[in-house]
Amino acid sequence: MKRWSLSVAATLLVGVAAPALANDSVLTETGNAKQWAIQTGDYANTRYSELDQINKDNVGDLQVAWTFSTGVLRGHEGSPLVIGDMMYVHTPFPNTVYALDLAQDGRIVWKYHPQQDPNVIGVMCCDTVYRGLAYADGLLFLHQADTTLVALDAKTGEVKWSVVNGDPAKGETNTTTVLPVKDKVIVGISGGEFGVRGSVTAYNIADGSLAWRAYSTGPDEEMLVDPEKTTHLGKPIGKDSSLNSWEGDQWTIGGGTTWGWYSYDPDLDLIYYGTGNPSTWNPSQRPGDNRWSMTIMARDPDDGMAKWFYQMTPHDEWDFDGVNENVLFEAEIDGTERKLLFHPDRNGIAYTLDRETGELLVAEKYDPAVNWTTGVDMDPNSETFGRPQVVAQYSTEQNGEDVNTTGICPAALGTKDQQPSAYSPKTGLMYVPTNHVCMDYEPFRVSYTAGQPYVGATLSMFPAPNSHGGMGNFIAWDPVAGEIKWSLPEQFSVWSGALATAGDVVFYGTLEGYLKAVDAATGNELYKFKTPSGVIGNVFTYEREGKQYVGVLSGVGGWAGIGLAAGLTNATDGLGAVGGYAALADYTALGGQLTVFALPN
Amino acid sequence: MRSAAPLLAFAMLVAGAAFAQDSSGANTEAVEDDGVRWFNSDGVPTFKIEADGTVDWPTFSGYRRYHSECHVCHGPDGEGSTYAPALKASAMRLDYYEFIEVVASGRQVVNAADNQVMPAFGTNPNVMCYLDDIWTYLRARGVDAVPRGRPAKRADKSEAYAEAEKACMES
Repeated sequence: MKRWSLSVAATLLVGVAAPALANDSVLTETGNAKQWAIQTGDYANTRYSELDQINKDNVGDLQVAWTFSTGVLRGHEGSPLVIGDMMYVHTPFPNTVYALDLAQDGRIVWKYHPQQDPNVIGVMCCDTVYRGLAYADGLLFLHQADTTLVALDAKTGEVKWSVVNGDPAKGETNTTTVLPVKDKVIVGISGGEFGVRGSVTAYNIADGSLAWRAYSTGPDEEMLVDPEKTTHLGKPIGKDSSLNSWEGDQWTIGGGTTWGWYSYDPDLDLIYYGTGNPSTWNPSQRPGDNRWSMTIMARDPDDGMAKWFYQMTPHDEWDFDGVNENVLFEAEIDGTERKLLFHPDRNGIAYTLDRETGELLVAEKYDPAVNWTTGVDMDPNSETFGRPQVVAQYSTEQNGEDVNTTGICPAALGTKDQQPSAYSPKTGLMYVPTNHVCMDYEPFRVSYTAGQPYVGATLSMFPAPNSHGGMGNFIAWDPVAGEIKWSLPEQFSVWSGALATAGDVVFYGTLEGYLKAVDAATGNELYKFKTPSGVIGNVFTYEREGKQYVGVLSGVGGWAGIGLAAGLTNATDGLGAVGGYAALADYTALGGQLTVFALPN
Repeated sequence: MRSAAPLLAFAMLVAGAAFAQDSSGANTEAVEDDGVRWFNSDGVPTFKIEADGTVDWPTFSGYRRYHSECHVCHGPDGEGSTYAPALKASAMRLDYYEFIEVVASGRQVVNAADNQVMPAFGTNPNVMCYLDDIWTYLRARGVDAVPRGRPAKRADKSEAYAEAEKACMES
């Protein structure tokens, strides 16, 4: 509480000293389509660019314009930023930052190499990925694996301030990007597989002092909720909403981490993000709804106060983290223009909500293979309104500890993971990279040790049975009708973020290493090029001297690199199937490279 | 633990030729059962697969624990990932005592090309109480005595095993 009053004082000081708020900077920079000024393309997370020089008629002529090696192997998620003449490139651990001057053919103007204790690598659940830098007011925000948040002078690489958000000795790490909003920078945390208690923290941009911290679980005052005003499905959440949904003090090691994407609506003045899985993966060890894990949260960026929550998967039994992107868009629903939020969840259901109120409007499966639920109860008068209806056969809770529940779709990877969707206002469609993988899941009892994995389930994964045999799809989704418009089968999970452009083209990368361009209306493949390593980075675009460029980071890894490297098997298929599925290792190897494309002169 | 290693090495030198080995040259034959698990002629834990494919309980348990604690880096079935080695091979290269030491103390290979850090699991009962299980599972994978995926048939957990497990997890 002392920290709180200090931070209020700091905020007041900043208010006087720095009248220009960061969101002006972010809005200005992202409003210029020639730049790529934020990981998500814009505050709304559309990953849409107005650039149209590269279009569906000429994208087939695309060529590699230039390349850059990051000097780091392992999984490269996220994308570089382009601001003015500069491109800022990040890497996985050790989280090196390069400032490249595009006016000087990509000369390295400065390089920042943080010193981090390599022990943090051992407590990162799924490779040493990092989803990239953020920019506001001449500062670059680097959030290192060890949770050190550093503000760098974008011109010189000089450290302006740094602050430590978590403790890797307790399994607290970082993989995600931060969101600069107004005079604050919003920061998440990873470590759900280590029993980390999730939180979101706001630091003051001026000096790195802590402004507020909102936990995902626990007492009301630590979650920054108002029991009477914060709502869930239109109703106040009430007193002790989280404490009442856990047995004992399990919530203190109960997860709900915040490692996904953040969006912001400047008009409603709300930030949006999702919380991760409850810990452990053994549901029998944590009776109750485990609130507010697996929840979309809408909060006031000034003080962190929650406006509304929506819990997608109460009492998770499959590791379906709720952290995927929330894409903000507008569309007509039943004749009325609405401010909407689209969320394709790990659990296989794509949700469309009213982002002002949290009203649930659409909830439909976005992969027909999804079988653990018959769907979400959409009847507002029902006792189970808003809850997924669980199929007993696929319930690891109902089947119990030490029982292997087989054939659950999707796998723990989810129908999608962090790989972000794109939205084109021209087509009104969401372009969603997906996984097409199912699993067997056997929970068992585990004990908690600080800083040690706290998992409690064995699982084996395999391509969705009775389908095309591949492990992924790239789909176009109608977020109002709740329907797949078209679906492209992929051999591997699509673990790369999509880009949609005004040229009616949608781009994405594949785990074999291809950059692909498809027609936004039909999904027809228009171009592909095999980059040096598998792609789990996000496609981005920018313009210089009248020329549009499209780029992507290659560097296979992440969870996809763990699960798919040696190929998947289905134990229930018996011996004959071993080796029958594609192994990623047969297609690509480690790398760390940026490839930038353009049309020929 | 460490003081036992030279004794073991000596025993292997003497006994190496006398006892049956599998085609890989590894001494994996189960010769003795203490009620909890099987051991080879060197007194090192090993797996026991029946003619009908039934896997002994501790090795099955090793499959489960591996796919909880280890696979998040080392990939399914001990096959390795994009950045962590295939443990089915490591378990054949390292001896039992080296294996225990790496798991308990961790290992780092951090240089220009590699950023590999294996954490120390010495304080983690979910790993340490099942380390012999994980060892026999990986050895079984290493000589292909157990195929990829979940073992189709397994023996039941013995009372002695359950007691030992309880004692370890509650200690």
